[in-house]
Amino acid sequence: MSRAEEAVIRVRGLVNRFGSHVVHQDLDLDIRRGEILGVVGGSGTGKSVLLRSIVGLKRPDGGRVEVFGEDLQQLPSRQRSRLERRFGVLFQRGALFSSLNLQENVALPLIEHARLPRADAEALGRLKLALAGLPPDAALKMPAELSGGMIKRAALARALALDPEVLFLDEPTAGLDPIGAADFDRLIMTLRDAMGLSVFLVTHDLDTLYTACDRVAVLSQRRVLVADRLSVVEASDDAWIRDYFHGPRGRAAHRAAHPSEAD
Amino acid sequence: MVSTDIPPGRLRVQAGRLQISGNWTLEHHAALKAAVRANRGVTESADETLDLSDLAGLDTAGASLLVELLGAERVKRIRDWAPDLPAERQALLETVAGALETPLTPERRRSAPLADMLVALGERIHALWQQQRQLLGFMGLTLAALTVSLLRPWRWRITSLVSHIHQTGLNAVPIVALLTFLVGAVVAFLGATVLRDFGATIYTVNLVAFAFLREFGVLLAAILLAGRTASAFTAQIGSMKANEEVDAIRALGLDPIELLVLPRLLAMMVTLPILTFVGMLSGILGGAMVCQLMLDIPMVQFIAILQRDIPLNHFLVGIGKAPLFAFLIAVIGCLEGFKVSGSARSVGEHTTSSVVQSIFMVILLDAVAALFFMEMGW
Repeated sequence: MSRAEEAVIRVRGLVNRFGSHVVHQDLDLDIRRGEILGVVGGSGTGKSVLLRSIVGLKRPDGGRVEVFGEDLQQLPSRQRSRLERRFGVLFQRGALFSSLNLQENVALPLIEHARLPRADAEALGRLKLALAGLPPDAALKMPAELSGGMIKRAALARALALDPEVLFLDEPTAGLDPIGAADFDRLIMTLRDAMGLSVFLVTHDLDTLYTACDRVAVLSQRRVLVADRLSVVEASDDAWIRDYFHGPRGRAAHRAAHPSEAD
Repeated sequence: MVSTDIPPGRLRVQAGRLQISGNWTLEHHAALKAAVRANRGVTESADETLDLSDLAGLDTAGASLLVELLGAERVKRIRDWAPDLPAERQALLETVAGALETPLTPERRRSAPLADMLVALGERIHALWQQQRQLLGFMGLTLAALTVSLLRPWRWRITSLVSHIHQTGLNAVPIVALLTFLVGAVVAFLGATVLRDFGATIYTVNLVAFAFLREFGVLLAAILLAGRTASAFTAQIGSMKANEEVDAIRALGLDPIELLVLPRLLAMMVTLPILTFVGMLSGILGGAMVCQLMLDIPMVQFIAILQRDIPLNHFLVGIGKAPLFAFLIAVIGCLEGFKVSGSARSVGEHTTSSVVQSIFMVILLDAVAALFFMEMGW
C-alpha cells in the first residue's frame, strides 16, 4: 500500500501573489500516485494559478513544489524539461495549435521529444485520438472545425501524447453537455486505470467529483482547507464547504452517486 | 518509466516460444518497430507459446506495437493467455487493442495535379471576384449607415471618434513627418543631380513642390496609414469577431457597422487630409533643406519661387484625393476584420490581406487619378 500512498507531487508552503493581491499563502498539497484528485474552490481562489505553478508555467513567489521528489525551480533547464515531459496538461479551452490538424497536434511532441519519424508519430497520434474517443476521420480535421466536446478530447489526446505519469486537467467538463461530460469522466477513469495516471483535476462539476475523484481538495482562504476522501470533505463544518456540497446541486449529485441512500 | 538501467525491449524466438521482454516504450520505438516488422510471420503460433513474463516497461507506443505484432483480437483476450501479467498492463493492452480494432487511417482524397491546379486557379479567381463584390456591398452598407446616422445627431459617437482620431491621426504625425521629410530630401537630391547637366538646378524647387503637393504627400501618408491603421482595424475587429463580441453587439439589437465601422471611418477621413497636409509641408521642408545646403538656394528664395510658380490647384488636386483614400483604407480594414473566423491564424491572414489590399487600391486609384487630372489639365 505504501506505493499507492507515495506522493508524486508535493507542494509545501506555496505563496503566489499578483501585486498586493495574495492568492496563495502557505499552501500545502500532495498528489498521490494513481489517484484522481479533484480540486474545487470558488471563482478566484486560484485553482488555475495552483495548476500553473505546479507545472512550472508560473514561478511561485515562495514555497516549494516537489515533483517526483525534486524541486522544479532548482533544476537546470534540461533536467527540468525532462521532468516536464512526464506531465500532460489539458488547458481549459483546449489550446490546440490552430494551424495543425489533429493528428499533427498530437504528433508534435512525439516528433520533437521522442524523435519519431513523422509517419510513426502520426500513426501513434491517431491511436491517442482513438483512445480519447474520437472517430478515425477526425484525425485530418483542423481544430476550428470541431465542437467543444471534440476539442476537449483532442486536447486530452495531445496531453497523453508522451504517456505522462501525471495528468493536469483544467475544468475538462466545463461547457460539455451532461452526456458528453459523463462520457469524459468515464474516459478519464478508464485511461487512469489503463495508463496508471495520477490526475490533478480542477473542476466545478459536482458530478465529476462524485463519480471520478478519489480525493477532493478544497481551496479556500488562500490555502487548501481539506484534502481527503469525499465523505470526509462533505462532513467538514466550514461554511463554504457546507454550502458547496449541501446546496441543491450538491445534494442532487450526491443522490445520483449514492442511489441507495434515500434522504 | 525510470528506464535507464532496464534493457530495451526485445523479441526473441527460442525453442518454439516467442519471448517478449525488456522495455517496450517510446524511447525504443524505432528498434522495436523493426523487430516487429521482421517477426511478423512467427506469431501465427498458439497462445501458449507467447511469453510476456519478462516484460519490464510498457506504454501506449509499445502496446500499439504489440497489437500490431499479435493482432487486436488476440490482445483483447490477454486475460486468457497471460493471466500472470499485472492487471494495469492487461488493462492498457486491452484499451489500446480496443482503440486499434477499427483501422485508424482516414481516407485521403486522391489527387490529380493538373485538375487540382485548375481548381485552385478557378477558386482564386472566383474568390477575387467575390472579394470585390463584398467590398462594394460593404461600402454601400457603410454609406447607408453613415447617411442614417448623420441625420440623427444624438447618435453620433463623439468619444469613440475622438479616441480613434487620437490613435490613427495624432500618434502617426511624427512618423509621417519624418518619412516625408526624408523622401523630400531624396527627391531634391535626384532633381539636383539630373538638372545640373542642364544648368537648371533652380527648378529643383518646382520639382519638389510639384511632387509633394500633387502626389507624394497624399500617397506617402495613405500608404503609412494603410500599414499602420488598416492592420489595426482588422486586428481589433477580427479579435472581437473571434471572441463573439460582434455577435453580442448584433444580439443586443445594435448595429456593428454604426458602432465599430463609422467611428473608424470618420476618424480616418478626418485624419488623412490633415496628415497629408503635414506630409506636404515636411516633404517640401526636406527639399528646402537640401536646396539650402547643396544648391545654395536660400529659404527666402525657395519660398518666393513657390509663391510665383506653383498655383493653388496642385495643392487641391493632392488633398482632394485624401478623403477618398481614407474611405477605401478604412472600409477595407474593417471589412477584413469582419471576415475573420475563429482562429488566431485567421486574424493574421486577414490583417496581411487588409494591408496588401489597401496599399494596392491606393496606388491603383492614384494612378487612375493622375491620368484623369492630366487629361483634364488640372
